[in-house]
Amino acid sequence: MEQLKTIGRELAMGSQGGFGQSKEFLDLVKSIGEARSKAEEDRIVLHEIETLKKRLSEPDIPKRKMKEYLIRLVYVEMLGHDASFAYIHAVKMTHDDNLLLKRTGYLAVTLFLSDDHDLIILIVNTIQKDLRSDNYLVVCAALNAVCKLINDETIPAVLPQVVELLGHSKDAVRKKAIMALHRFYQKSSSAVSHLLTNFRKRLCDNDPGVMGATLCPLFDLITIDANPYKDLIVSFVSILKQVAERRLPKSYDYHSMPAPFIQIRLLKILALLGRDDKQASEKMYTVVGDIFRKCDSSSNIGNAILYECICCVSSIFPNPKLLESATEVISRFLKSDSHNLRYMGIDALSRLIKISPEIAEQHQLAVIDCLEDPDDTLKRKTFELLYKMTKSSNVEVIVDRMIDYMICINDNHYKTYIASRCVELAEQFAPSNHWFIQTMNKVFEHAGDLVNVKVAHNLMRLIAEGFGEDDDTADSQLRSSAVESYLGIIGEPKLPSVFLQVICWVLGEYGTADGKYSASYITGKLCDVAEAYSNDETVKAYAITAIMKIYAFEISAGRKVDMLPECQSLVEELSAAHSTDLQQRAYELQAVIGLDARVVESIMPSDASCEDIEVDKDLSFLDNYVRLAIEKGAQPYIPESERSGMLNVSTFRGQDQHEASTHGLRFEAYELPKAPIPAKVVPIASSTELVPVPEPSYSREIPQAAPVSSVSDVGSSGLKLHLDGVQKKWGRPTYSSTPPSTSNSTSQKTVNGVSQDGRSTANSKARDSYDSKRTQVEINPEKQKLAASLFGGSSKTERKQSSANHKVAKASSQAAEPSQVSNTTVVASVGTNLQPPPDLLDFSEPTVTTSAPLLDPFKQLEGLLDSNAAVASTANHGGGNASKEPDIMSLYADMPLSGHSSSTENTISTHGDDANLMSGFSNAARIDHGGPTVEHSTQQLSKGPNPKDSLEKDALVRQMGVNPSSQNPNLFRDLLG
Amino acid sequence: MGIRFILMVNKQGQTRLAQYYEYLTLEERRALEGEIVRKCLARNEQQCSFVEHRNYKIVYRRYASLFFLVGVDNEENELAILEFIHLLVETMDRHFGNVCELDIMFHLEKAHFMLEEMVMNGCIVETSKSNILAPIQLMDKSS
Repeated sequence: MEQLKTIGRELAMGSQGGFGQSKEFLDLVKSIGEARSKAEEDRIVLHEIETLKKRLSEPDIPKRKMKEYLIRLVYVEMLGHDASFAYIHAVKMTHDDNLLLKRTGYLAVTLFLSDDHDLIILIVNTIQKDLRSDNYLVVCAALNAVCKLINDETIPAVLPQVVELLGHSKDAVRKKAIMALHRFYQKSSSAVSHLLTNFRKRLCDNDPGVMGATLCPLFDLITIDANPYKDLIVSFVSILKQVAERRLPKSYDYHSMPAPFIQIRLLKILALLGRDDKQASEKMYTVVGDIFRKCDSSSNIGNAILYECICCVSSIFPNPKLLESATEVISRFLKSDSHNLRYMGIDALSRLIKISPEIAEQHQLAVIDCLEDPDDTLKRKTFELLYKMTKSSNVEVIVDRMIDYMICINDNHYKTYIASRCVELAEQFAPSNHWFIQTMNKVFEHAGDLVNVKVAHNLMRLIAEGFGEDDDTADSQLRSSAVESYLGIIGEPKLPSVFLQVICWVLGEYGTADGKYSASYITGKLCDVAEAYSNDETVKAYAITAIMKIYAFEISAGRKVDMLPECQSLVEELSAAHSTDLQQRAYELQAVIGLDARVVESIMPSDASCEDIEVDKDLSFLDNYVRLAIEKGAQPYIPESERSGMLNVSTFRGQDQHEASTHGLRFEAYELPKAPIPAKVVPIASSTELVPVPEPSYSREIPQAAPVSSVSDVGSSGLKLHLDGVQKKWGRPTYSSTPPSTSNSTSQKTVNGVSQDGRSTANSKARDSYDSKRTQVEINPEKQKLAASLFGGSSKTERKQSSANHKVAKASSQAAEPSQVSNTTVVASVGTNLQPPPDLLDFSEPTVTTSAPLLDPFKQLEGLLDSNAAVASTANHGGGNASKEPDIMSLYADMPLSGHSSSTENTISTHGDDANLMSGFSNAARIDHGGPTVEHSTQQLSKGPNPKDSLEKDALVRQMGVNPSSQNPNLFRDLLG
Repeated sequence: MGIRFILMVNKQGQTRLAQYYEYLTLEERRALEGEIVRKCLARNEQQCSFVEHRNYKIVYRRYASLFFLVGVDNEENELAILEFIHLLVETMDRHFGNVCELDIMFHLEKAHFMLEEMVMNGCIVETSKSNILAPIQLMDKSS
């Protein structure tokens, strides 16, 4: 088989034409076979369609001929052309008495028709008849058709007969009847819910074929709910045992494995039944262990079963012995030269890693090889594994890798997928906000159009809210770095729209905040963006609003604003734009620029995007006014929903307005009152009173006031004034509810708009993720110090520590002993410090685990010493900003330490108080590192025959593992030799 | 569901057999076949026999001029599917004797009948060659 004959010989054989087929058919097949291009093939098929149409219109076609025509029609459809003109002939052929013709008819029908095709109704009757046939082959043919053609509406027509056939004397019929029932279950589970016990019964069928087929529906049922089938575990186990002991007929053997496909299905079922169920799992251990032992690991099919065993072992309640066997198999897979086996190995590893995380460490190099492999399939599978083992210590390396890969592929489907994975990992594990922003930038830059817009909103929110701590300097650093990076990126061609929106928003909000860039520089850049993406209205809207913010901040800072000429022309262009939203923004900008500093200050307070906006939905501040108006004889407001069909009601909105839903009419109606705005603005601005001011302008606007003011800031009079102007022109509810126009160009609005876009659920979710991130940011630095590698080096303690962080409950048996040791460390440092940090408990937990290797008394002592030293130096520097502690560095200088620990910016700057503890950790980490790194190098030595290879690998291991994002990678050189 | 479709395609990318276990329109089939065949034909011998495509995983195996492609969903054991392909080829071989591309082309319906015995509702239901071939041999005799 591996050496099938070449096409030349095949053709020679075909041309003899011995198969009782007509010359026409042989010629067709030959010409299709010889076609050298798709175009040629299409020509042949189109010609064939014409021929067939002619032939089929002839009267009295012999049945044999008709069968051949049908096959030719199958060819036509298979090669991508429509053969619907002849479907009816296929339907007719199912009525034939000859078995072969009937079956060919059924085959053609199942290939041609979907189960909701109109012609099906013509077949149901035939199927019913055939199901009653004495010839079991006819029954089988009909059951095949049932599986393909019967939909939920036609199930009742054949169901009783199918159920009857479950007890048929021929095993082939019983098997197909089971599958027909399975099909009904897939189509409409309610129609057959009372018949599900049949599957249980058939499991005990004498015929192994029927039993094997029954496993399919049972697998589906157990997937949905395993509980009702727990009693079958014993049966499944005993069947599997018998299969493995070769009790089944020889004909089921495949490559000397007994019924491997049945074994695999049984293992899948057991995996489901034993999930999270210790009692159930215990019944399976023996048989799974037997299969592990018996399986022939030299054949593909043996390995397929072994892989399924691993899947089973990783799903059921863990058993150390089975895990050991699984680990052995995995390492054999990963060491194999076959890509297929390595693929299976990676997949198995990612399944097992949940249960025993440490096994990944043994296979670091194999995993890295797979990651480096040019084969996309293997690479993606490896990313899947990395995704599962990501934690904050290795997130940088992993996400960087993912992004690199994302950049170089074209497959949008996978690009979207991996981009969302990157975002997910970054949000979950980001070691620092700065890194998070950089990562998001990359994702946006290269896959911006594929990521969910919520991600952009989250990013803006993060930049606005910062760490969520009270440390303003860190926040402003974050923003400056964001601004800086965006100014670097902004000039690049063809950035995705979503990303540009983020850039514009951030530049508008924070572009001039640190005084590094002038307003004209930033606005110039924003103008460039608006110009370069002139057909993207959303980007233009973001840009013009950002420009307005910049100017507003300038004005309120008391500086004179010189509008750039390009900016001027942009505003002019936009105020004549087709988009009303753009016009609105342009006019607002012009209006704001004309105001004095105090007004602008209150319209557009700087850095206020995170302020909460109180919304007075009832517009209670207007009650007084409404009451007065009604007293004067005005009609009360009727909500729009209640005045349908009452056209004349519109009069109360104002005599010059029509109740019209078209934009055109509305525009004209609102154009007039524009002029008075500036006049009103000034007096109002000086007063902070809300209610009395806008009365005249509201007089005709009450009905529309509601939605617009609902997004307005209650507290600010300037805002309200502004809004007032807005209403004159844009009072229509629909406008105000859309995010673009909620941006009454205040910063608050924009964020509000953002959160509206993101939907409230998303918001809360985002907040959650921020919260969790915050805690992670706190833990992160010492983790970073500890985490030597992607795989957590080979140090078990490190692994434990990370799991302890994520799942506190997971208490390890080893934890008890080390905890004493670590306690002493903590006590020591605390004792000298005399001011325990408030969240000491949080930190002591990682310490507990991290200090496990300190069991060695000498090292323990060393740790104590070092932490004391750290404390001392902390005291020296008062602020405790370890990153500025040269003496700590010098203390460590003669040792191969993971230097980045004490100089990692975020921890130290945010947790200055904890510096002593931190350095304690760093110390522990340093000791930890010795082991894994040495091991790396030995592994490499033993593995890499080629010195260049091993060097490369060495570099990679270092990059992947030892020191992610290290600020001073040189420190590791001595360690790694 | 397991198996979503089974394709046989020659090395020029021409379809020789197509069986879908979920209904796709003609256009969808055409597009899908084009995409996967392009993907699979571009791969070399050393690479994995598995390719991800949209929501499918394609398991493929080459026999001389003919590629066997099986589209499965995520829960399927790829190695087992790879061996399933071989079982199919062995079965056809037993029936045709030294099976080749043209055997399948001239006896398209028989190849389909074999598949009908082996796979139903996207599940592998029969793996015993004698059971698979019995009805086909009976039909041959009777006709």
